[in-house]
Formats: sequence, structure tokens, C-alpha cells
Amino acid sequence: MKALNLKLLRDLWHVKGQVIAVALVIASGIATLSMALTTLESLQKTSEQYYSDYNFADAFVSAVRVPNTFKQRLEAIEGISLVETRIKKYASLDMPDFNEPVMGLLTSIPDQGQPRLNQLALRQGRWIAPGASDEVIVNEPFAEAHNLKLSDRISAVMNGKKRYFRIVGIALSPEYIYSISPGSLMPDDARYGILWAGQSSLEAAFDLKGAFNDVAFKFDAVSDHQALLKQIDMVLEPYGGRNSYLRDDQISYWFVNNEIQQLKTTSIIFPVIFLLVSAFLTNMVLSRMITNEREQIGLLKAFGYSNLQVGAHYFKMVLVMCFVGAVIGLAAGAYLGQANTEMYAEFFRFPLLVYDFSFTSFIASSGVSVLAALSGIVGSIARVVQLPPAVAMVPPSPDIYHKSFVDTPYIKHWLDQPTRIAVRQIIRKPLRASFTVIGIAFAVGLMVLAIQMSDAIKYLGISFFNDAQRQDMTMAFYENQKQEALYQVKRLPGVIEAEPFRYVSVEFINGTKTHRGSITGLESDATLQPIYDTYSEQVVALPEEGMVIGSILAEKLNIGVGDRIYVEFLDKSGLRRDYPVVGIFDTFIGLPAYMNLKTLNRELGEVGQYFMLNLVVDSQHYDELYKAVKESPAITALMTKQSLLDAFNETVAESMLVFMFIFIVLSSILVFGVSYNMIRISLSERGRELATLRVLGFTKGETSYILLCEVGLLTLIGLALGCFVGWGLTQLLGYAFETELFRIPIIIYPHTYSYAVIVAIIASVMSALFVVKRIHHLDLIEVLKTKE
Amino acid sequence: MSEITSNQVENQDSLSTESKPVLHARNLTKVYKTGEVEVKALDGVDFEVFEHEMVVLLGQSGSGKSTLLNILGGLDVATSGEVYFKDRLISSESKGLLTSFRREHVGFVFQFYNLIPSLTALENVALVTEIAKNPIKPEEALELVGLLPRKDHFPAQLSGGEQQRVAIARAIAKQPEILLCDEPTGALDHETGILVLEAIEQVNRELGTATVVITHNTSVGGIADRVVTLRDGKVSDIHTNSNRMSPRELKW
Repeated sequence: MKALNLKLLRDLWHVKGQVIAVALVIASGIATLSMALTTLESLQKTSEQYYSDYNFADAFVSAVRVPNTFKQRLEAIEGISLVETRIKKYASLDMPDFNEPVMGLLTSIPDQGQPRLNQLALRQGRWIAPGASDEVIVNEPFAEAHNLKLSDRISAVMNGKKRYFRIVGIALSPEYIYSISPGSLMPDDARYGILWAGQSSLEAAFDLKGAFNDVAFKFDAVSDHQALLKQIDMVLEPYGGRNSYLRDDQISYWFVNNEIQQLKTTSIIFPVIFLLVSAFLTNMVLSRMITNEREQIGLLKAFGYSNLQVGAHYFKMVLVMCFVGAVIGLAAGAYLGQANTEMYAEFFRFPLLVYDFSFTSFIASSGVSVLAALSGIVGSIARVVQLPPAVAMVPPSPDIYHKSFVDTPYIKHWLDQPTRIAVRQIIRKPLRASFTVIGIAFAVGLMVLAIQMSDAIKYLGISFFNDAQRQDMTMAFYENQKQEALYQVKRLPGVIEAEPFRYVSVEFINGTKTHRGSITGLESDATLQPIYDTYSEQVVALPEEGMVIGSILAEKLNIGVGDRIYVEFLDKSGLRRDYPVVGIFDTFIGLPAYMNLKTLNRELGEVGQYFMLNLVVDSQHYDELYKAVKESPAITALMTKQSLLDAFNETVAESMLVFMFIFIVLSSILVFGVSYNMIRISLSERGRELATLRVLGFTKGETSYILLCEVGLLTLIGLALGCFVGWGLTQLLGYAFETELFRIPIIIYPHTYSYAVIVAIIASVMSALFVVKRIHHLDLIEVLKTKE
Repeated sequence: MSEITSNQVENQDSLSTESKPVLHARNLTKVYKTGEVEVKALDGVDFEVFEHEMVVLLGQSGSGKSTLLNILGGLDVATSGEVYFKDRLISSESKGLLTSFRREHVGFVFQFYNLIPSLTALENVALVTEIAKNPIKPEEALELVGLLPRKDHFPAQLSGGEQQRVAIARAIAKQPEILLCDEPTGALDHETGILVLEAIEQVNRELGTATVVITHNTSVGGIADRVVTLRDGKVSDIHTNSNRMSPRELKW
């Protein structure tokens, strides 16, 4: 091995602490990005694979009752390659282990084997035996929520009649990755189950002999989807089927997409900020390290090494650090990526998993880190190699210090000499000081950003479920109800208040912009679940006429107050009308639109109709109410607000908290890496000064204080600044995070700042402890003799 | 600490061998082991320095004079032998106690001044007086070496000789019992060296601080009460001057 390379290895070994600290900073940047993109890409591939392996349909339509003969007419439409007709109906289930009523969605499958579209991934058991009318396959999350086993029996009230089924299989379906009951925003597996039964069994149960009420389609690869939807609607319109839609609007698909979209934000914006910060820190740390190598460089040049050779030597040194960092980053990124992907796959219950480490992101992030590292040293090396060797070998003449604000009598009075040393050094090298401050500030800012995610979730939960909703329970009916039912419900045990509302599925249209959603019909004086503006934290009044819509819907449709919004009702009325937008309000979840219930009913030609009730219930009488409800065939579901909140926390919080934890750990590594290197470099720059102080009788503690005071002061400034950076990053991320489903509230609780600051302080104190040990080994004797 | 009373300062003329040694070392040896090679830097050295006394420790490079100074100043530990500061046996003390020994009783002057570049002349002195038990005012110390007018200058704004005189002021401001100077003129030209020696001589004369100056320059021996010469780790000669020369009279 060449002598210069030997020197390189020994030098690296000598500063191994710094090598590791720099490598860790680099690694955390690389790991974050590759973890995030690996997760994202794997999830996208997994879901695509799932959809294609199990033949997820391209379009759907539901109708009231269509004779089977119409299947051929649908198949005859050019551009449609597959038609799967089915029966889909809600029923209320009586789960023996569960007081509350449970809503079930019964979906027919062929009497024998797999459907051709939306195939099931059978996890346990078998297919339904041909002709067996009492056999059913249930979806896995529901089975798990109720601990259902094969051959367990469950009962369902269908069409007003109670029927019993035996579970023969447990399955997953690409159609119900997210299974959300009508009117909910979150999956709640205990209260909403998907059941598959044979076609003939459901025909009999729902009085649909020789007919179907739902169709799934596969389109030819090249086809005009919108035109096909129009043709489908034309065929089915006489049977109440005018609402065909593409898979983009299918509720589960839409939710999964939204979730992945949200992940994309976290996985790109967050890691990119992280990578940039780590690149910046690497750059800064290495530039200072090289400046300290000045004498060595002078010596090498004196021996006759060329500038290029000297430069290459230090490039190699930095490349080794980058290499170590990249290897750690690769290992950590691959590990975290896999763990994260598996967590999400489990969360979504994908029956398969395509894990694909994102080498592109690894290479890209390594490239950024290496470039940042090299650019950090280029300037320093160039400056040093320009010096004649004789000048370079002599240490730089003492820095020239000047009087500054420190010397105003008042400040001078309370600064002792050691503190003055620190303050003067900061003032002497403001650029270097500000780099340290910025470095720490960004690391702390990232930590604030990570920790505030839980604030946002907490706030979202409180705002949505507590501030905006006052009901204890929401009751859903099998069919729309008239006024009398309201009186009956009010007589049920424990019911104190009841307020009706209804949803109507509609398509909002403004020119080319459309959104498929629903209108909520609400009484104008509703108080239990009124329209709540999260910006003003106030209830918004609902006028008799016109619509009040969520701001995201307004944005999506590019519509403002005073504009008219065109609405196509997707229920059997088939109504097409436009309504003025009379109010816009902010909300964190969903794309709501409200109309006065009476007006809505009038438009639909119905009187006193509603589908759901918000209830205030005496908590003493919950069980009695559940019992009463289970016996009522008209009621399909009774959801407590608490269970919705729990479902929300489980769904959203879990996945985010894992992310948050990873980012806190990585941000701590950044703080540690930066402050370790700053102190370490400071020590090598000032070793002689500190040893002199030790000779003069300064204790180890006093000497350490002088060493740490400067970095300590800068860290304090960095911590304070970091809180602002965290605030800023939170604003940025908040806007970037917006999906149709969610807006993340931009909120940081004060304790979040304290947590971030405390974690950062622990990380920097630890780094200081590592370096302070070296003060004990300062060579006091050398100081007396040698000059630097 | 406060033995240096004004009375003693005035009576410094009556310096005599009857006064007690401030530091004395008995039968010191120091063996350095570097790998498999053993180097005997000190080989049975006896040494003492008395109150008010000025001792010049002469020797070529490698003679062991720096090692002796380091052990006397509590910077290094002897392999065998004893060092007493007055009646206190310091040669077996812990590092922590040695630190406080240096802090309270010893002033150091280094060949390369070792001032803190970010502190002014006055502040460099104050750095030490702030942690001393019985210091004189930093201004007084600077006055003593004739640098009060430059008190607000930073090291980079001072010449080498000036820096060394600030270092002397820093060393004596805490009123140490002993002042150890390691080649104080080694980095200076003749004229500046004389100025620095004058400062040391003046401190010794006016404050009565026992002073050890190590040098390889035999001429410097002229300013001493006693000249101790080291060779190969042993004391090869002790010479007492009947008359101390003033640094101005030195020629080299």
C-alpha cells in the first residue's frame, strides 16, 4: 500500500469518532429517503399487484332491481370486456359477543367458486358449496374483530326477516381493503362487516329472483371510460341505475389512494428536508475538518506531492466517510423500509406483499450526500493548497480579535473571562457560528415537526369528534323513515334527544370539474352535529335555501360563495339541479356539503324523510338501548361516537406514530452528529489553548467549560431558532399534507417544543460527554515546548 | 499563600541560604518508556530553590532540564524520588491535587507565551486572577512588566516580547510562591529577550517570588543567584554567583 494511503487509514482510525458521527449524519439522510420511498413504491406495487391479481373491476354501478337478461345487453356494449352482476344489500347482524348492533353488507358471489371480478383471497376455509343457501364467507378484519371461526353461526336481519348463516370461509377482497359503512369516515371492523353469500341464496333472501342490483365491469384497455359509463347508465336507467362510476370513485380504492397519497407527502417532503439538512451538516463539518489539516497539507506539498494528489487524498478520506455512511444508510433504510412496508401491508391487510427496495432513492440520496460532503471540502482544500508549503506548515497566525458589544461595560461586568473567550470566538467567526446554529436549528426543527404530528392528530380528533359533534350515538336505518319513527326512537330507553339527517349520493359538477360525494341534509336548528368551521371554531348557520360546502370541495370544484353548483342526484330520483353556494367552511376530514333537510326532501319530492339520527343518550341506559335496537328490524346500525373516535385513533394515529418515532430518532442522531463534530473540531483547534489553561491550574471542569461554552451558547441559540424552524416546517408540511380525505391541522402544543428541546439537549450533552473525556488526556507537557 | 508580605519584599536584599527551600527534590529519577526503549531523563537529581531565590537551570537539549521543571511544576510525575513544596510532599499527590497546587502556588511562563488569542492582555491576566485566592490586580501585574498602556490589545496586536511580558504578568498576578520559566527567551531576538529577562528579574526582586528559569543559553546564568547545570539527567555543576548581573549586562 502506498504510504499516503496508509496515512489515510491511520488518520481515519485516529478520528474514528468523527468518522462515525459524520457517517451517521449521512446515513440518517440516506436511510430516511430510502425507507420512505421503499415503503411508498412497495405499497404502490403491492396494491397494483393485488388489484390485478384479484381482477379488481374498472367500473361499478348499483341499481334497484335489474332483470338478469340485461346482463347480455351490458356485455354487448363495445369496450366492456367483462360484466359481473351481483346482489349487494345491507343487513343488520346480531353478534352474540357484542351488545351494539352491527351493520353487514351482503354481497353475492357465484353459487360455485370465484367471481370473475373482485375475486376473493380466501384466507381460511372453503368456497360456498353449490346450492348451500346458509353458507357465508366473511371478511377477515370483521372475523378477527369478533373472533369468528369457521363453522360459527351468525344471524342477519334481511328484508325484515332473521336468517342464520354458517361461516365456511374467511377472505379478503380488493373491493373492501377499506370497509367503511355508509356515513362513516373510518373503517370500524367491529361494527361493519362484509359477507359473501351465494347468488341464489341472496336472490331468495332479498326477493330478487332472476335479478341483480349491482354490477362490476372490466373495460378494454383502450376505451373511452366516460362514454362507457354513459352507455351503462342508459341501459340501466329504467331500473334505478344511473350512477355508474369508475374505480377512482370506488370508496375503498379512493381511501387507499388517499392514504398512499398522504404517505407520498410524508415520504418525499419529510425525507428530502432531512436529506438536505444532513447534507448541509456534512458539508459544514467536513469543511472545518479539512481546515484543521492545514499543516499536514503543507507538509505533503513540501515533500513534492501535487495539489491534485493532496486533493485526491482528502477526497478519499471523505469518500470513506460517505461510504461508511451509505452502508449504514443502506442497511438502516432497507430494514426500516421493510418493517414499514410490512406494517402498512398489515394495516391494509394486503394478502400479498411486493417488497422492492428503492435503489433509485438510495443512489439518489447517496449521491446528494457525497456531493454535499465533497463540496464541503473542495473550498477548504483549495484554500489550503494555494498556500506555499512553508506558510501552510506554520500554524495560522493568531486570529485577530476586536472589541465588540461584549466590551460594553454592562455586559463586560457579568461575563467572566472564559465566557468572554466563547463570545469573542462566536463574533470572530460569525459564518461558522451561524452554520452551527442553523445545523442545530434544523435538526431541532425536524424533531418539532416529527413530534407535532401527534399534536395534529390529537387536535384533529378533539376538533372533529368533540368540538364539532355533540351526539353520543348515530343511528342508521335500513330505509328512509317518516316523522313517526322519530317519535318511536325518542321513546326508546335512554334516548334524550334525537335529530334526523340524511345523506344523498350526488355528483357535483362545475364545468369539467366533478366530485362524486354526498349531500348531508340537516335541520336548520341542528345542534348535535352542526356545521362546524374548524378555522373559526364556530358553528356555521345553515339557511333554508342553498348549500354550505367544505372549503376543499369548493377548491376542487373551483367554486365560491354566490356561485351555483350543479348537482346530479344518484338516487332513484335522478334529479339534476343547480343550487347557490351560500357558505364555505373549513373542515379537516372529508369533502362535506350541507343542505337544509326540509329543502332537500322537498327537492326529492319526499316529506319528512331521513336516513339517520343523531342521539343524545343517557349513559346508564346504553345496554337497554342496544337490546331494543337489535330487536328492531328497521335499524341497521347504532354507532357510538366513542367507537368512531377509537377507530380514528387506531387508523390514523398508529401509522403516523411509527413514522414519528423514526424521525425523532434520526433527528437526535443529527443533533448528536453535529454537536459532536463541532466540539471535537473545536478541541483540535484549541487543544493548545486548553492545555495551557490546565497547566495554569484550571481544573478539568473549568477547562471543559471553556471548550463547551462556545458550542453550548450556539446550541442554545440553535434550540430557540429550531423551535421557529419547526414551526415553519410544520406550516409547510401542513399544506403539503392536504389530501381530499384529510387536512392536517397546523397546531403545535407548547410541550412539543419542550420535548424536542429536551431530546436535543440530551443528544448534545451526550456528544459533549464523549469529547470531554479527551480533555483528560490533553498533553500538558507538549504545550510547553511545541508551538501548535 | 500570603507569606510574601511587604516586609519581606522590602527585605529582599537579605536573601540568604538560611531561608527555607520553597521547593526541593530528592533523588529524582524519570524513565520514559517508548515501546521497548527506555530513556532515563533524570537520574538521581537533587534540587532546591529557596524563597526569593533566582535559579537558572542550564542544560543542552536532552539534558533533562525540562523534565525536571515539569516534575517541579506538578505537570509530570517522577518515576522515583520525592518533591516537597515547603513541607508538603507533592510527588505522590493525585492529579486533582496537583492541579490545585499549580493553581495556587505556581506561575508558568512558556517559550511560546501561550496567551489566549481571544482575550486582551488585561483579560489574559484576569483569566488567572479570577480563579486565584490572593491575586494582585491584573492592572498592577501589567504595570510591573511595563505593559499597562497596552492592556486592551489582543495578542495578535502585540510583539513577541510584549506577549511574553503579558505571560509573565499572567504568571505572577496570583502571587505564586514559585515562578517557573521554560526557555522564556527561546523564541525571541536578543534585544527583546533582554527585556523579558528584565521583567522576570524585576518580579523576582520586587515580589520576592522564587524563580527558576531554564535555558540552554549559558550567558543567562549571569542573572541568577545560583546556576544549576544538568547533563544526561544528572546535576553536573552548581555555581553560586556572588553578584547577580543585571540582564542589560548579559552578552550572547
